[in-house]
Amino acid sequence: MRFFEDIEIGQRREIGSFTFTADAIKTFATQFDPQRFHLDEEAGRQSLFGGLAASGWHVGSVCMKLLVADGQSQAREAAARGEEIAIWGPSPGFRELRWIKPVLAGDTISFTSEVESLRISEKRPEWGIVQGRHTGTNQRGELVYSLLATAFVPRRNPNS
Amino acid sequence: MTLSFEDFPPGRFGTFGPRRVTREEVLAFAAEYDPQPMHLDEEAAARSMLGGLSASGWHLCSIMMRMMCDGFIGRTASLGSPGVNELRWLAPLRPGDDITLDMDVVEARVSRSRPETGIVTFRAVVRNAAGQELCEMISPVIVRRRAAVTSGQAG
Repeated sequence: MRFFEDIEIGQRREIGSFTFTADAIKTFATQFDPQRFHLDEEAGRQSLFGGLAASGWHVGSVCMKLLVADGQSQAREAAARGEEIAIWGPSPGFRELRWIKPVLAGDTISFTSEVESLRISEKRPEWGIVQGRHTGTNQRGELVYSLLATAFVPRRNPNS
Repeated sequence: MTLSFEDFPPGRFGTFGPRRVTREEVLAFAAEYDPQPMHLDEEAAARSMLGGLSASGWHLCSIMMRMMCDGFIGRTASLGSPGVNELRWLAPLRPGDDITLDMDVVEARVSRSRPETGIVTFRAVVRNAAGQELCEMISPVIVRRRAAVTSGQAG
């Protein structure tokens, strides 16, 4: 993971892709979002979604999964170069989460993350606050998911 | 009886739970979707800003969705949600805590583009057993109007 000083507005990363199988959609929905259009193909077809659709929370959780995996792979690369690794802090929340189009069984969603704003925390000056726009695009190139996320990122030189 | 748009006037809608969140489910969700040390490892979590093991925020959101489903969405003519305007994680969710969900309707309006439906915007607040706010969410849900529900209109 990078330190706050290594991050610039406009930096964009491809963070990976994920195929939402019918099984994965139903498993998540059974546990967390048991609405019929997330559990049953026929109910999905009759809904506004037009097919078995992943829970929006499943899509968001998968985006998180890929972000963490990408961060960990960056950390391994930094460690291999002998650099200090930044351990990111928690997130205070997000805004503008948009489930733009349904994610249907069999869809492969590719996620990207782009830095939108940077500032130093007033209450915790050893931390920076990064806002990033995470987006998901399906195999037809259609934007399906968008989120403006916030995270605490450690500063390399808090006294500078 | 199925709840329709007309059943969601602005104001307090209801309180749901309590729901126990176990250590096992916190670790299982984190391992699959959010394997950061602060959600998986007791010692690393103690050193983190959260000061101890805590559930992934996405896990809290997913449990909140389940509580909404069990509480009322399961018997509502809901057509899904277009998104979340704002979500704030205010305090960590600790393993073993019991959470409750308060739902308020902040706005209810008929859809211009699909007048057989309405858009109900909820404010959801999750609290722990001590009454501390853990999470606040503002999110719209699309709900069929009563006339469309009683006529059995597909949608």
